[in-house]
Amino acid sequence: MPVGDLSTLFVWAAATAFTVALFGYSVALARIADAAARPRQAARTAKVAAATAAKTANRQRVPALAGAGASSSYASALPPTPTDVEPAAGAASAPVATAARPAGTGRGSGAKAEGIARSTHWLGIALLVIGIVLRGVAAGRWPTANMYEFSLVGVLVATSVLAVVQRRRIIAFVGVVVTAIAVLALVLALNAFFVRADAVQPALQSYWLVIHVGVAISATGVFTVALGTSVTQLLSAARAENRSRLATPWGRADALRRPLVGWRVTGPRFAWLKQVPDALHLEALSFRLNAVGFVLWTFTLIAGSIWAEHAWGRYWNWDPKEVGTFVVWVVYAAYLHARTTRGWSGRRAAYLVFAGYAAVLANFTVVNLFVAGLHSYSGLR
Amino acid sequence: MSGYRPEGLDDTFTATASSDDGRPVAVPAIGVVGWLRWAWRQLTSMRVALLLLVLLAVAAVPGTMFPQRGQDPAKVSAYITAHGALGTWLDRLGFFGVYTSAWFSAIYLLLFVSLVGCILPRTKHHWAAMRARPPRTPRRFGRFPAQASVTVQGEPEALVRRTAALLGRGRRYRVDVHDEGDGTWSVSAERGYLRETGNLLFHLALVGLLVAVAYGQLLHYRAQVIVVAGDGFANSETSFDTFEHGRAFDAAKLEPFTLRLDDFESRFDAATLAARDFTAHVTVTEPGAAPVARTIKVNHPLDVGGTQVYLQGNGYAPQVTVKDAAGQVAFSGPVPFLPQDQVYTSRGVVKVPDVSGGQPQIGLLGFLLPTAAQMGPDQWVSTNPEPTSPLLVLSVWSGNLGLDTGVPQNVYQLDEKGLTEAKDASGKPVTLDLRPGDTVTLPNGLGTLTFDGMRRFAAFDLRKDPALGWLLAFALTALAGLATSLFVPRRRLWVRASTSRGNQDEGPTTVVTAAGLARGDDVGLAPELGRVLEAVLGSPVPVTGRAPVEDDSGGD
Ligand code: HEM
Repeated sequence: MPVGDLSTLFVWAAATAFTVALFGYSVALARIADAAARPRQAARTAKVAAATAAKTANRQRVPALAGAGASSSYASALPPTPTDVEPAAGAASAPVATAARPAGTGRGSGAKAEGIARSTHWLGIALLVIGIVLRGVAAGRWPTANMYEFSLVGVLVATSVLAVVQRRRIIAFVGVVVTAIAVLALVLALNAFFVRADAVQPALQSYWLVIHVGVAISATGVFTVALGTSVTQLLSAARAENRSRLATPWGRADALRRPLVGWRVTGPRFAWLKQVPDALHLEALSFRLNAVGFVLWTFTLIAGSIWAEHAWGRYWNWDPKEVGTFVVWVVYAAYLHARTTRGWSGRRAAYLVFAGYAAVLANFTVVNLFVAGLHSYSGLR
Repeated sequence: MSGYRPEGLDDTFTATASSDDGRPVAVPAIGVVGWLRWAWRQLTSMRVALLLLVLLAVAAVPGTMFPQRGQDPAKVSAYITAHGALGTWLDRLGFFGVYTSAWFSAIYLLLFVSLVGCILPRTKHHWAAMRARPPRTPRRFGRFPAQASVTVQGEPEALVRRTAALLGRGRRYRVDVHDEGDGTWSVSAERGYLRETGNLLFHLALVGLLVAVAYGQLLHYRAQVIVVAGDGFANSETSFDTFEHGRAFDAAKLEPFTLRLDDFESRFDAATLAARDFTAHVTVTEPGAAPVARTIKVNHPLDVGGTQVYLQGNGYAPQVTVKDAAGQVAFSGPVPFLPQDQVYTSRGVVKVPDVSGGQPQIGLLGFLLPTAAQMGPDQWVSTNPEPTSPLLVLSVWSGNLGLDTGVPQNVYQLDEKGLTEAKDASGKPVTLDLRPGDTVTLPNGLGTLTFDGMRRFAAFDLRKDPALGWLLAFALTALAGLATSLFVPRRRLWVRASTSRGNQDEGPTTVVTAAGLARGDDVGLAPELGRVLEAVLGSPVPVTGRAPVEDDSGGD
């Protein structure tokens, strides 16, 4: 089998391993949610039994919602209304779940799922490394020259950073977000971006291909994990503050809201949020990742200008790719500012992380595929 | 110490040093000066900086959605023509030159004014802080993110002095010991001034970058020239096809060298026809020096005395000879045809103005196909960039080429206004197909045309920008400053020891309290305080603070 095909095979294998890891993280997440529901269950049951008539009446508004979106494990759960939240619990409103699961499956199988996720995650990384190395061998050069190869290396960086971040404690939700993006990116790469392993055109024959593109991809990988962390941060904060847009009627658009109510962040589906670090810690983690990503991105920008000066005699030409890279840089700079601007830290700063990551993705996909410029190297045209 | 901090900076670290509690400044009492001061404070506030950064990002986007004059003027004209009034309005609003438009410039200039207005006072303040002692030990430690308290045996002063020595030596803190009276001693310590230095350096380097770019804009020049193999050019304004320079550029300063293109090599992938290598072999002669042979490749420009010569393009130049009706040679030489695609289907124009008296001028317009394959009658395509079977396909025009109107003409286009195209008896345009060596008679008795052969040409960009060194220096300074500012922890630690009035039987006991404060998020703060106390007291001391969750995520 030619080396190039062998590489593709390994990439498929890696995608499969990450899919299993994704599944593992998801199961772990579900188990954590169950476990989070259980400890206070007895107390809650007693409380429910002694509930006042007023409170029962209060709940009567919701059964329709419970039927609408609840998963099987919560089929018999009474979704808590905002008044159900014990102030003492502070963080989360625990569902009054009558989990009919045999004892012993909760934390135990959660740990098992975590173990599977962790090992397939590492396996995926190993397979992907082999796939990328073989790709480089087949092409006879450093494998970061087209979108297919960008995707592979980007996924490798993201999953590696995730593995390092989670090496002692797994935050399953971040695992779900990042492995889901990884699997999507790999499958998209294999199906839409694939090009035969080959040498590159003279404009790309430079060691800057390794430095500039390599660092850009690494930054993207780091930003990906930071994004996952920021999403978790917002969910965690919303639950801690018992704040959900889905909990209150939307006026005339309420028909749209009702089927989604099961997904409100204060509801039982998000009980696992009790197990993740609080929003403050997640924010700090996201910041540290974004800070690393930003430094790498700054380097990307500088290295890109140096390369452009070498190749085209213009260090900056407002080429669409350059503009995209600049926009990403400025948005993340704004994020770093927002963190230290009164009234902007926390949630609002996290929105800038989303904007920044959206710009990263657009710069990689839209600009490569749909905008003509000096950087049209996708190999797809 | 009343420190400066930008309006709206959310940072407990500097807050301790300043009485300013950071609430929005009150609206000024009276007068123009008051308003100006207020406006300045707003402009240099963190919130406005943030707003301008977000605006800058948003304002940069339209430049990728609309064609830009600086990159592709032809596309801009086409767009305006295609979109009528909308196009005209977009043009007026600067959407085809976003990065030079008034609004884009306004945003970044305001941002930089804000930056300077914020950075200068911060620099001054930081300069003073670096010389000052660490801030005094606060009376109460209750609000700090890391705290510890323990009762030990020992004497307060000795204990505090030991702590100070330890912090000053191994952990690079600046320390200050205070005798607070009544047997109570404390030490205040601070480290990581480099963090702020890095931050200031980063912001100042951004200003430097902007200035360097502007400086380069004033003094740079850029020229383009197409050279056929065997020919050369001198580095002077008259030899260039295009020449563009900054306002303060002095043409007398062009390096006086000549460059000859000896040979041009190209290599293509046999299967995909994709380009694999281009090499221009050139001879460079500098005044007073012997000619030297050099090569220029894509990504490997040639440096001649500070002028960079870039290989930007290449193609084929058919060598043709035109004899007019009188049998005189009216034109003879190579004519570069510009490649239009990967297989070098090349387009070009032969202009023959110098015909014998009274005859119409001749223009030949058409394509050169390096490897021609016939697809049908009068239908040819190129199938390979290598010149294995070249064919020249031309239409013939005659009349007035319009060269002496004084308006500079594009050498790759015919101005068809004064010209008529030659047609055959059935009214179809005449096309001439020539292989190398062929001679054909031109229609309407215009004369003859010979395709003598082909030569390679290379397109070079020449450029000199005296600001490049500065740009690189500022960029690297910014990077280093940024990394320092983000990764060097800035911490304050305080340790206080006082004699306990409790139980006297076991000799004197001392109550030790400690606190730590860091700039920004710093997971290392509580562990550091713990390590310091353990080193001084000899046994671990629990530190309350942010739980070390981050230890799991690879902090410092
Ligand atoms: C060209 C525009 C600017 C860019 C690209 C920029 C970028 C950055 C970046 C990336 C950081 C975080 C890294 C670090 O801590 O060094 C930062 C921090 C900071 N910037 Fe800017 N900045 C700009 C303009 C400004 C302006 C106008 C101000 C003043 C209002 C300002 C004040 C600050 C301050 C005070 C910090 C430190 C925040 C902290 O305590 O961590 N910057 N800037």
